[in-house]
Amino acid sequence: MRLTLNVWRQKGKDDAGGFVKYDVPDVSEHMSFLEMLDVLNQRLILKGEAPVAFDHDCREGICGMCGFMINGQAHGPLRGTTVCQLHMRHYKDGDELWLEPWRAAAFPVVRDLAVDRSAFDKIVAAGGYVSVSTGSAPDGNAIPVPKEIADRAMDAAACIGCGACVASCPNASASLFTGAKIAHLGFLPQGQPERERRALAMVAQMDLEQFGGCTLFGECQDACPKGISIDVIARMNRDYWLSALFSAPPSAGAAASG
Amino acid sequence: MQLDAKIPEGPIEKKWDSHRFHLKLVNPANKRKYTVLVVGTGLAGGSAAATLAELGYNVKSFCIQDSPRRAHSIAAQGGINAAKNYQNDGDSIYRLFYDTVKGGDYRAREANVYRLAQISVNIIDQCVAQGVPFAREYGGALANRSFGGAQVSRTFYARGQTGQQLLLGAYQALERQVQAGKVKMYPRTEMLDLVLIDGKARGIVTRNLVTGKMETHVGDAVVLATGGYGNTFFLSTNAKGSNATAIWRAHKRGALFANPCFTQIHPTCIPVSGDYQSKLTLMSESLRNDGRIWVPKKKGDTRSPDKIPDGERDYYLERRYPSFGNLVPRDVASRAAKAACDEGRGVGPSGLGVYLDFGDAIKRLGQRAIAERYGNLFDMYERITGDDPYKVPMRIYPAIHYTMGGLWVDYNLMSTIPGMYVLGEANFSDHGANRLGASALMQGLADGYFIIPYTIGDYLATTKLAKVEADHAAVKDAEKGVKARLDKLLAAKGSRTVDSFHRELGKLMWESCGMARNKKGLEENLSAIPALKEQFWKDVRVGGAGEEFNNELEKAGRVADYFELAELMCRDALHREESCGGHFREEHQTPDGEARRDDENFAYAAAWEWKGEGEKPELHKEPLQFNEVHLTQRSYK
Ligand SMILES: Cc1cc2nc3c(=O)[nH]c(=O)nc-3n(C[C@H](O)[C@H](O)[C@H](O)COP(=O)(O)OP(=O)(O)OC[C@H]3O[C@@H](n4cnc5c(N)ncnc54)[C@H](O)[C@@H]3O)c2cc1C
Ligand code: FES
Repeated sequence: MRLTLNVWRQKGKDDAGGFVKYDVPDVSEHMSFLEMLDVLNQRLILKGEAPVAFDHDCREGICGMCGFMINGQAHGPLRGTTVCQLHMRHYKDGDELWLEPWRAAAFPVVRDLAVDRSAFDKIVAAGGYVSVSTGSAPDGNAIPVPKEIADRAMDAAACIGCGACVASCPNASASLFTGAKIAHLGFLPQGQPERERRALAMVAQMDLEQFGGCTLFGECQDACPKGISIDVIARMNRDYWLSALFSAPPSAGAAASG
Repeated sequence: MQLDAKIPEGPIEKKWDSHRFHLKLVNPANKRKYTVLVVGTGLAGGSAAATLAELGYNVKSFCIQDSPRRAHSIAAQGGINAAKNYQNDGDSIYRLFYDTVKGGDYRAREANVYRLAQISVNIIDQCVAQGVPFAREYGGALANRSFGGAQVSRTFYARGQTGQQLLLGAYQALERQVQAGKVKMYPRTEMLDLVLIDGKARGIVTRNLVTGKMETHVGDAVVLATGGYGNTFFLSTNAKGSNATAIWRAHKRGALFANPCFTQIHPTCIPVSGDYQSKLTLMSESLRNDGRIWVPKKKGDTRSPDKIPDGERDYYLERRYPSFGNLVPRDVASRAAKAACDEGRGVGPSGLGVYLDFGDAIKRLGQRAIAERYGNLFDMYERITGDDPYKVPMRIYPAIHYTMGGLWVDYNLMSTIPGMYVLGEANFSDHGANRLGASALMQGLADGYFIIPYTIGDYLATTKLAKVEADHAAVKDAEKGVKARLDKLLAAKGSRTVDSFHRELGKLMWESCGMARNKKGLEENLSAIPALKEQFWKDVRVGGAGEEFNNELEKAGRVADYFELAELMCRDALHREESCGGHFREEHQTPDGEARRDDENFAYAAAWEWKGEGEKPELHKEPLQFNEVHLTQRSYK
């Protein structure tokens, strides 16, 4: 099949950027979307033009490195699918596509379709863990965890940190990402001691990183390739308000040494 | 060079304890005076960086992805082994040790493997405490599954995402230390050379992958945890960014490279669909529990599978290995698939595929039960191929998956360069000639959480390390070398892309140094690869500049290294005149086509020393002694 691509080209974060049109005449339905871009890039390189930059690594839908907008949809049209797992059989001859990077103040463009998501790491650093140093753990079976609880924790822990939730949220909020980590650890007995402090610290960091507030549009859960439910946001809010109401906010130092 | 593995004295079960007692400790107040450079943030590097920082060392941590959480370990699906014996089914540290040495076809060091089995139990405890959501039974206890090559149920798992969850545990521990100011994180940063001062590893030269800026980081010790070299073959199940550059450049600085030809091929991957193919996708080994593998009896039979009656199908694994059937180990299953395709009985458009058929299992157990067991894998298969495996048998073919070889390390995980340690898949240590399923995650975390924190302390406590300035001659020298190399790649301005060279190299390797090897093919590769390398340096087209985001330049540097490593792999495969584990030499097989090991002549680790551009590398041997495990020929008949 033959496709027309309009690809966002931008040299760096301070460059204005704009769409450039490419004709891709020989797309096989068996290619993945990224393989289609590989083919385009091989051609651009031989013509002496700069290839389209995009992030990717595992190409199996698990590392969370890939991701951009296709015709306004994060990771493209297929539900529960990262762009590296999207195959060209979902398109037809003559289609015209618009590829854009995630758009969010907290995710500056690195180049073309690649963005800087280090704000996510900072949210995790603020408190997205159980503070247990190597060597201090009791036996794995010392604390039973009911299967339903472990399963629900796993549902939330499945987040791959790709940023599709932020990109598809009208407010560019990171609530689904942050809520998923808070819910994952909050379900488990191991996560209880720091539960309140964690919610306070992570939410505060999320605001600092210039993500927007959540107004429960729900676009994030539709765009999430791992099907994380917005219930995690409700859990985040509950943990946050409980701790904000009943305890003094931790000092930065307390969170750090946590 | 005399290789000293530094294996502690004493009975095997006491070695690690007594070694730890004898290791020198660094006084807590002094730890903050040391800086350790940890390259890689996978299970091995991530766990090492976090733990060293917890102990009080200053750590600088590097990775090529945009976040440490995305290291290739994230993709591991199946699980992690540990000798917990929670199932009360007869498992023990000794049994895990024994299985691993045997599974590795008797080419691993006993003392290391025993320690790995000992530590396996602590790993699970640590991960549970971090909040890793392992699968549980209704009563709340940890669940286990069985995995290839073992008769006990010792594999812990978190759905089909075990690697992801273990890595997130390590990543979160790492971020805690970032927040505490003990780790400085350098994502999107690639190590391009190692700096040696007074013969000791003291720094690394890096390139910032966003700006292209080069930088040198100095420290008191260097830890490489940069993963395996499966991507030498271009097509593999590894992530696209996985590469051998860090270990290869360290090799050229003096670290011996051990058993490079020991590579693992996974039997159940989705076959290649076209020449645009960028990587191969693994379908979990667990599918072989219920799927039956077959090809048509007739050559060149192009009927669709449902038109081929049962009597005209060859369930070749069940036929050849009646007692293990479809569950034979990875290497055996892979070779049998290749043999069927070589006979012209392969299926699918390319003829390089065999059926993995769930028809009988669905009839027996119902579609529901199969969906419960393998639903997500079936979905993934359908997403990629467009075929519905509930209706049409899956097509699968073997693919490169893991590399057992790597930089040689002693019992302390130190390479032949003092002060440089190698962890995880990047080292050669624990899997011999074949790795058992669910043992790589175990090894990565054992190395990072529980071994390096002890052994590095001994080195720092007993070694005099002069202060190194950033403008030291050795630093300048290394920087100059890196820059010259990048400039040379950019200057070629030839007519072929990096990928086209890499694909060609991969094909040479897959055909002659893949599932089956022979003298003729390997010798041909030993002249074809250097020729291709020469052409690469003349005719590659990279484009762009050095001081910018330039993915082609990154890839070009890695491919340049693969040529040299590929040559060493072939040389190693040629010298090893036996078949063992993943290394199958066609000249060394039994009359019915099984691998024939030669313990008399080859019970050693082959450690190669770089002798310079265009020179033959020198072979050093570390003899392997088996005091515990009884050497036998593996049989799955
Ligand atoms: C699809 C798949 C499934 C698997 N499933 C299982 C399983 O179920 N059980 C099991 O035990 N094993 C499994 N394995 C094997 C296992 O996942 C790996 O062996 C293991 O995760 C390797 O971990 P590592 O920490 O050594 O390296 P990696 O996780 O590969 O990490 C390498 C790190 O080094 C960095 N790096 C590399 N080069 C450089 C450089 N030059 N400069 C700076 N940084 C660099 C990378 O950025 C990364 O952070 C699987 C492998 C694959 C491919
Ligand atoms: S490349 Fe890893 S999720 Fe897409």
